[in-house]
Amino acid sequence: MASADPVIRFRDVSKSFRRPDGRGDFVAVDKLSFEIAKGEIVAVLGKTGCGKSTMFNIVAGLIEPSSGEARVIGHNPFREFAFFRGKIGIVFQNDRLMPWRSALDNVRLGLQILDSDAGHASETARAWLKRLGLSGHENDYPHALSGGMRQRVSIARAFAVDPEILLCDEPFSSLDEMTARDLRAEFVRLVRQNNKTAVFITHQINEAMEIGDRVMVFHRPARIAYETRLGAGATDADRRKVHEDIMRVLSVEQAPA
Amino acid sequence: MTNSRYLRVLQAAAGMIVLAAGWQILSYVFPHYLFPPVPEIISRTIEVLITGSLLVDVLLTAGRIFGGLFGAFILGGILAMVIGQSKTAENFIAPVLTFFQGIPALSWVVFAIIWFHGIEFRVLFIMVMTTLPAFTFQILDAFRSMSKDLFEMTMAFRPSRWTLFRFLIVPTIVPGILTAWKVNLGNAARVVVVAELVGATGGVGYQLLRQQQLFDMAGAMAWTLQLVLFVLVVQQTINAIENWALRYRAVSERAM
Repeated sequence: MASADPVIRFRDVSKSFRRPDGRGDFVAVDKLSFEIAKGEIVAVLGKTGCGKSTMFNIVAGLIEPSSGEARVIGHNPFREFAFFRGKIGIVFQNDRLMPWRSALDNVRLGLQILDSDAGHASETARAWLKRLGLSGHENDYPHALSGGMRQRVSIARAFAVDPEILLCDEPFSSLDEMTARDLRAEFVRLVRQNNKTAVFITHQINEAMEIGDRVMVFHRPARIAYETRLGAGATDADRRKVHEDIMRVLSVEQAPA
Repeated sequence: MTNSRYLRVLQAAAGMIVLAAGWQILSYVFPHYLFPPVPEIISRTIEVLITGSLLVDVLLTAGRIFGGLFGAFILGGILAMVIGQSKTAENFIAPVLTFFQGIPALSWVVFAIIWFHGIEFRVLFIMVMTTLPAFTFQILDAFRSMSKDLFEMTMAFRPSRWTLFRFLIVPTIVPGILTAWKVNLGNAARVVVVAELVGATGGVGYQLLRQQQLFDMAGAMAWTLQLVLFVLVVQQTINAIENWALRYRAVSERAM
């Protein structure tokens, strides 16, 4: 468990949804408890449909738990929605760029919503695009950018508001391996450099181990089936062992209810 | 101009030339009070455009069309936003608008004459009532097509309602608004003439009524062409606005 003053804390959080056909509910998150300390990068791993994204949406304040307590920076992310203005940055699975905005304007979006000074917003957005290797593409519309470039813009958009917490929902899953590897390295560097707390959802074991200080493996419905911390001094043998353990945990998972 | 654009313009012009030639042939066969020669129609059309006292009638009709469309657009936009955010409001308002859609324009003309005295208010009322349902439903469709992904992404920044409206909702519904204007413009041009025929003392509809009383086919054609020209100019203006506002859209190099 993390320190006594966690940035994110889940205590017996459950979330159920009504089935589309109206025949009862299905449980997406089942009494999930964990803590994430400031500055930690936690990778959340699990099979498709295991409730990772539901957990993610609860942290983001986009949905409310059915029971239990979710606290982010000591506040309820759903009920105290406005408190989190500028405190959470999100990188989604797909880039979610506004097609009518140029790359620069997409990065400026969060700053504009936060009522930042126009000059400062443009300057910050430009600087982030430059940091992510997109100088010269400021005025390009999303359709003119490649998948990797669009995802870079969405990363710049999340970082530009200087959030305390970064939430990433499989942000590189649709990219080719080379691009994904470069962006992963860039992402970790930016998180560490800017002292952010990050939750990184993925369904790839290697990606989770590469990014996370800590890896949490979810079973369906979302509950922690395995958790490990990978120190800087971990050897290849240690990593292989963790990889095997995670494979074993994932392979015993039951079929969805 | 590109070759394909030249071709499009030539094809459009060719169609109009064939139509004019057909009319000219009919003018040789039938008396001129039934089918006046094309040059006469053109000269009468130009006369309306360059004669201040006649041009006022064209501008009056244009003003009525814009006034009616703008009123319906504002009211329809508000109704669409209300319906889009409340199922109860939809259950209450949508059937009424559907009912309105079934009422012929001529019935609204009769109602307006019975209910109101002022000519301008009558025309405005008729224009708004006949175009309101289409505006509302088209803007509502555009609102409902808003991407859930973009909505969640924007909400993650915790925008105020006004900011959400400005940054997400307005750009989302702009294509729907432009389509609504294009569709309703033609309808409005037809309805305004009917409204002016019955109760107005000025405008294209009123002038058409006069030409009918004078049995002046060239005059009737000249006034009709004013309205057609007006619709074409406004359509082209909306197209230009659309091309600018939706310039972010990717266009395939391969023609459809």
